Amino acid sequence: MTAIPALAVEDLSVEFRTRSGVVKVLEHVGFSVDKGETVALVGESGSGKSVTAFAVMGILDAAGKVTSGRAMFGGSDLLALSERDLAEQRGRELSMIFQNPRTALNPIRRVGRQIADVLVRHGGATRNDAPRAAIEMLKKVRIPDPERRAEAYPFELSGGMCQRIMIAIALACRPALLIADEPTTGLDVTTQAVIMDLIGELAGESGMATIFITHDLALAAEYCDRIVVMHAGHIVEAAPGRALFDHARHPYSAKLLAATPGETVSLDALASIPGGLPDLRRPDLPPCRYSGRCERRSEACDQPLPQRTVGEHHVVACWNPL
Amino acid sequence: MLNLLLSRLATAIPSIVGVVVVTFMLTRLLPGDPAAYFAGLAASPQAIAEIRTKLGLDKSLPEQFVAYVGDLVQGNLGNSLSTGQPVVTEIATRLPASAELTLFALIVAVAIAIPLGVLAAVKQGTWVDHLCRIVTTAGVSLPVFFTGLLLAYVFYYLLQWAPAPTGRLDIFLSPPPDITGFYLIDSMLSGNLETFWSALRQLALPAISMAIFSLAPLARMTRGSMLAVLGSDFIRTARASGLSPRTVVFTYAFRNAVLPVITTLGMVFSFLLGANVLVETVFAWPGIGLYAVNALITSDYAPVQGFVLTMAVLYVTLNLTIDFVYGLVDPRVRLES
Repeated sequence: MTAIPALAVEDLSVEFRTRSGVVKVLEHVGFSVDKGETVALVGESGSGKSVTAFAVMGILDAAGKVTSGRAMFGGSDLLALSERDLAEQRGRELSMIFQNPRTALNPIRRVGRQIADVLVRHGGATRNDAPRAAIEMLKKVRIPDPERRAEAYPFELSGGMCQRIMIAIALACRPALLIADEPTTGLDVTTQAVIMDLIGELAGESGMATIFITHDLALAAEYCDRIVVMHAGHIVEAAPGRALFDHARHPYSAKLLAATPGETVSLDALASIPGGLPDLRRPDLPPCRYSGRCERRSEACDQPLPQRTVGEHHVVACWNPL
Repeated sequence: MLNLLLSRLATAIPSIVGVVVVTFMLTRLLPGDPAAYFAGLAASPQAIAEIRTKLGLDKSLPEQFVAYVGDLVQGNLGNSLSTGQPVVTEIATRLPASAELTLFALIVAVAIAIPLGVLAAVKQGTWVDHLCRIVTTAGVSLPVFFTGLLLAYVFYYLLQWAPAPTGRLDIFLSPPPDITGFYLIDSMLSGNLETFWSALRQLALPAISMAIFSLAPLARMTRGSMLAVLGSDFIRTARASGLSPRTVVFTYAFRNAVLPVITTLGMVFSFLLGANVLVETVFAWPGIGLYAVNALITSDYAPVQGFVLTMAVLYVTLNLTIDFVYGLVDPRVRLES
């Protein structure tokens, strides 16, 4: 099977201008997602997962600036599109769902109308048909009693219910790519599974590509074909889920795995990763941003980062891989 | 919604009762003897005592209070000592003048402040934002009587663009037929453009002085509230859904941002009711503020009480309206009732 990439991000770098200096939030980030494939972006908080997604969607804060890179999607570079053209694509061809569904919905607009807004905007339905089409979407994300729920405000619904509404908004126009930014954070574990299954199922039906952003490696392994590990704005390792779990090559991935609760790991064996993220404002950042925390550090680590292929679809950015 | 209104109405009753008690006490405890004032400087002690008996001031405070409440219930606010007219009719004829001035000022302020605040937030850091900052700083730093005097000095005395600050209408014109009591509306309804124009010209300066004063908190609150909302998660969702900038800013952001602005509007409105007293004095505006000032100076109880009561009722009505509007905009408030 020859895979066709739905999204190919190449050499993406993003800077944030802050009062205390320029923060190099992303540096030379590259990965791709094939049609129908689910790829996880994992890493600790501040590793640049969400910024990657925001940059691709073109919804970075005003302080953030893309300094290099391309994001090829459907034959065009998303990063080079005008805001107007990009807005046409957003919600129709590429969609995003966020964490904290309760705050991610307009608190004073009926949820049915919020879905209808997107449909009307992208020509998915006429103004007259939109309310009915919105109810169809609510059915699709399996909200019981959709006619009544369409009239509800977000504060009248549970967190899981709100996340279903978010999914309905994101998938209303049948996008080719869905970015799910920690969609299950703040939901209880059973709801988590239901939401993940729902996303997986709806993606499978339409051959949609999915980027799943999480800090939960176990969740990523369960639902994703490939896992991309990020650390301090770099991609340190990209591998099929199984391969990563069997044999993580980057020291950071290995530490992340050791910090992930699983069947075989006892609570005592769970290890926290020593050290923190480096200060990304420093002008003299080492080529490998993990080197400050790394036990396998050597002289070679001062050279520019390599991209070593260590297996099928398995790439690691490390001079001394495990 | 109706429940909300009724419950708020119920909470308003104690405030009204409180105001009745306080106005009564306040005017009795103020220094100055109205009987002596009205008897004149040359009056004999007997004459003063006679007037005091006539006014009921010789009775004990509780007795006076019972009489006062009894009159109130019958809609009788007493007679003004200086004019001899019933206070109710005097307030009724003067209230529209104040109301027209205040409402017009408020409309002008809202029409400028809200677009300015929204623009300043959407185009944060640009010249609109700086303009907004200058306007709000100037607005809060200039006392309203000063703005009034300054405007009258510049536009009437120096430039002679504005008419003399002497009331609601050019002295050669007769007021329009009394329909709403608002000269602008009444003159339009009776098709008298000349009166309308004159009323507008008279209204302009006092209204602008009050508008400048109330613009500042409104613009500042609009800007701040818009900024907060524009940075919130659901706006990011709206943008990520590709909604047009117009929908994002107006339908999504503004409707949420307007909630604290409504609250501020209520506060500004009550400030304006107070500022009325000063502006009406500067522009000889025949409203209830000027009426109250004159009554205070002459220790004329009844009009002062009437004024404070009217104001209290206005405040309560205003707060009810604010609650109602708030409930219309925010479904979460409706639920609480």
